Amino acid sequence: MLAFVIRRLAQAFFVVVAMVVLVFFGTYVIGDPVWMMVPGDATQEQVEEVRRTFGFDQPVYMQFLTFLGDVLRGEFGRSYVHGSSAIGLILDRMPATLELALAALVLAIVIGLPLGLFAGLKPDHPASRGIMAVSILGFSLPTFWVGLMLIMLFSVMLGWLPATGRGPTMVILGIETSLFSLEGWRHLFLPALNLALLKISLVIRLTRSGAREASLQDYVKFARAKGLSPRRIIGVHILKNIMIPIVTVLGLEFGSLVAFSVVTETIFAWPGMGKLLLEAIQRLDRPLIVGYVMVVVLLFVTINLIVDILYSALDPRVRLTGSQS
Amino acid sequence: MSVTTSNPVPAQGEFARFAARFAEDRVAVFGLVLLFVIVAMALLAPFISPQNPYDLGKVDIMDSRQPPGAKAGDGFAMLLGSDGMGRDLFSSILYGLRISLTVGVLSGVLAATLGLVLGLIAAYAGGRIETLIMRIVDLQLSLPSVLVALILVALLGKGIDKIILALVVVQWAYYARTVRGSALVERRKEYVEAARSLGLSHARTVFRHILPNCLAPVIVIATVQTAHAISLEATLSFLGVGLPQTEPSLGVLIANGFQYMLSGKYWISFFPGLALLLTIVAINLVGDRLRDVLNPRLEK
Repeated sequence: MLAFVIRRLAQAFFVVVAMVVLVFFGTYVIGDPVWMMVPGDATQEQVEEVRRTFGFDQPVYMQFLTFLGDVLRGEFGRSYVHGSSAIGLILDRMPATLELALAALVLAIVIGLPLGLFAGLKPDHPASRGIMAVSILGFSLPTFWVGLMLIMLFSVMLGWLPATGRGPTMVILGIETSLFSLEGWRHLFLPALNLALLKISLVIRLTRSGAREASLQDYVKFARAKGLSPRRIIGVHILKNIMIPIVTVLGLEFGSLVAFSVVTETIFAWPGMGKLLLEAIQRLDRPLIVGYVMVVVLLFVTINLIVDILYSALDPRVRLTGSQS
Repeated sequence: MSVTTSNPVPAQGEFARFAARFAEDRVAVFGLVLLFVIVAMALLAPFISPQNPYDLGKVDIMDSRQPPGAKAGDGFAMLLGSDGMGRDLFSSILYGLRISLTVGVLSGVLAATLGLVLGLIAAYAGGRIETLIMRIVDLQLSLPSVLVALILVALLGKGIDKIILALVVVQWAYYARTVRGSALVERRKEYVEAARSLGLSHARTVFRHILPNCLAPVIVIATVQTAHAISLEATLSFLGVGLPQTEPSLGVLIANGFQYMLSGKYWISFFPGLALLLTIVAINLVGDRLRDVLNPRLEK
């Protein structure tokens, strides 16, 4: 187990280092950042001064070492547009994004699990076919377009829910959140549903195939023969066994929810870090882009690491196949 | 050819059998027909659209934001309404489909080629080369495609060539991983040994003998990935970091309609999105069926 954790940590470290190198060469070598910082009518001297101030006159390896030092200290410079520390801006916006991603994850389980269970236990029921058709559609639907349609239906036509923003927020334990007011939930529901859509389809599929497989197993037959109620068989015996893969996949998908929130946040004007990234891309605000990428990569690597270690603790086969490759 | 087992072209009877198995699923046939219709409409756009939406002489600003079915100044009925510039939406969608499909297919073909070559090299060469290639694949696949694409367009800038490049980078790893998997199995088979002992070069062995036998899963991946690429391009364009206004794909059309959405003029965003959805669904239906038909484990 220890060997596995160490190997997995080394792998995670490799990914982070690779991303640091890629991001450095991506942002610092392709194109000259100086031209984005100086006004259009700057003189040659002014350009040179900016170049010196930011250290762009140094050789590439020196710049890389400086960059590495900055990354280690979690410092990515000041945003060109906002003028304040890039990492500070990102961390400020992070709770909003995590709140959205978490709400989407909960929605995916609450909606997807019962539907998938039903479709898996009664595969020939007409409703099961309907559920599967919906889940195929869920995979095909472009997220951003569904977002527009949700706004169209619930905000413009029916007027039930607000279309933009986060609503009033409260500070709980030092974190700004909209989870503790009805108005906050009203604002959260549409974007969370939009973000959850793909994951709902995923959970339906995973649960369905898991339930179909599990219901044929001997332990289920035995439980039935023992005379246990169907409710207990499903709730305890089947659900317990199919939860492991579902929890693992969802853990890994949390990172992708954070990444996809760029789209959802833009549509619903949700003030998270995804929206911040998009604005940074449109204005070529390098420190913000670099900071966002590093924060998200770190988030990803950490999530993958935790899920992998947890999974290998639950299922020893993972460790064994890992050591063979 | 002396080594008949690696003959990549199936006999006539084999194709007929394949087609018959495909046709067993009515929904998949519907998907295929739908896909044909969509591609045909995109190809024939200049001939069947009632208006060339990008010919300034044909577009009248007085026709702007008309609801579906309204009559244009020129007398034809605008089936799906018009956009903010007075362009007939149905025509814009046909032209937009061409761009969306071109980007999707072109990036798919390039990514497939790159992924095939690297996947085959990894499987055949083994050792350090394999480790290097597969580590890059793992790195790529551990990050979500939308994030990688966003970062790439942030670095590369706008433009159709840059979007295609970004989509290729996002997709190639799926092909490489799949091809490596099947090539590893194929490499140990006897016909490869036979080809080698006949004195054929490594390149010939890999590309003429191993490659054709790895294509079945690649075809399935290609359908799914092309649908994904089309959707991703639309997403990037919608966000304003994809194709510019001069290359109005479906995503650009949807983005243009966004501002009218809150005032209830839903059709400007709705219909291009519907076209996008139908395209993706059609491709996915075909891909799903191909997966079932080409999977030897499910063979009756």
